[in-house]
Amino acid sequence: MLDKEGIAKRIAKEINDGSYVNLGIGIPTLVANYIPAGFNVVLQSENGLLGMGPFPYDGEEDADLINAGKQTITTLPGSAVFDSAMSFGMIRAQKVDLTILGAMEVSENGDIANWKIPGKMVKGMGGAMDLVASAKNIIVAMQHVNKAGESKLLPACSLPLTGVRCVKKIVTELAVLSVLPEGGFKLEERAPGVSVDQIKQATAGKLIIEGEIPEMVV
Amino acid sequence: MINKTVKDADEAIRDLADGMTIMFGGFGLCGIPENCISALVKKGVKNLTCISNNAGVDDFGIGLMLHQRQVKKMISSYVGENAEFERQLLSGELEVELIPQGTLATRCLAAGYGMPAIYTPAGVGTEVAEGKEVRNFNGKDYLMEMAFDADFALVKAWKGDTAGNLIFRSTSRNFNPIMAMAGKITIAEVEELVEPGELNPDHIHTPGIYVHRIFQGKNYQKRIEQRTVRNR
Repeated sequence: MLDKEGIAKRIAKEINDGSYVNLGIGIPTLVANYIPAGFNVVLQSENGLLGMGPFPYDGEEDADLINAGKQTITTLPGSAVFDSAMSFGMIRAQKVDLTILGAMEVSENGDIANWKIPGKMVKGMGGAMDLVASAKNIIVAMQHVNKAGESKLLPACSLPLTGVRCVKKIVTELAVLSVLPEGGFKLEERAPGVSVDQIKQATAGKLIIEGEIPEMVV
Repeated sequence: MINKTVKDADEAIRDLADGMTIMFGGFGLCGIPENCISALVKKGVKNLTCISNNAGVDDFGIGLMLHQRQVKKMISSYVGENAEFERQLLSGELEVELIPQGTLATRCLAAGYGMPAIYTPAGVGTEVAEGKEVRNFNGKDYLMEMAFDADFALVKAWKGDTAGNLIFRSTSRNFNPIMAMAGKITIAEVEELVEPGELNPDHIHTPGIYVHRIFQGKNYQKRIEQRTVRNR
């Protein structure tokens, strides 16, 4: 089974050299730490920055320089700043190659829900609806089951949707799964020490298992 | 050059009245018009509709106006950092319209560009699409979203000149230049107000034609919401 860092590490393997990537809040943010050395990857932060650098050294924080999670960050040589309309313009125009974000639920046809629990929690969608509606490639990083032990990979989402038929791949503490165009979660890899049966039990939506499922290399 | 200078925030918002629709620049607490918000809190105007990406935190930014029940309705994309906001929302005291961040930004842009509406794929198939026109272009569905219609836009810039030209610094740019373009009356507060000629025309982000009033801001707190650092 993977911890959060493990999920981030596995997702980092999905990033191609020379790509522009938007990382959501939570586990996706950790992915930045595992991008292979020597790769030229530009991180987009939707509040208006391309070329997001690491956190600043203590004492060098700049209140004017934050990421979409409102964390203090730095720029890098070659970074560019722009306004919010241009930021979503480049997202809508599919200039950003890959979006990695968290989710509360994903359905077997690729629908995603991650912004609202009616009557309980209302934080808002932020930029997630724009990202999932336009991104060429969307990978979800999340736990396979919720705190109540219920599967988050469902036949259909029960929570208000963020986007429809958009998720391409999911990485959880148990497995890597791709969402097939015709519907269904195709099991690609098992996390170290996790059996196919464990994944079956934790997946409520249609799970497609073909042949031997390899254990992932992290 | 036309001189847009006013003395301070109080003078700038003198005719901002109950029931108006107001835009606030900023992302989180980054680049918010601190002086104008303080003046609004002091003036006590009520029943405002506020268009802002976020709603501040409990004791700063728009959060200060929420505490005084000055806000009738918020139009935002993300409000997660504010407990008082969530309380007023869940109890029904506050009307809230949550919209995708890119939709928020582009509805500002449309207003500033003189376009009545835009089409965006954000929110198609979700509750955001309810009651909106859906149109298919090249095999993909898009929602029609209307340009904003705001009485005032309150923005914060790094530098500005008395003609209203603005330059923003780093990611505090965010919604500021596009909201500046979108207000019927736009008020800019700046960290440094200079004379015409001191800013390079090539470096202007917002041309002064969009700015109606400008003043030298003071006592900026520039609070940081999430202070994250690394070890040396």
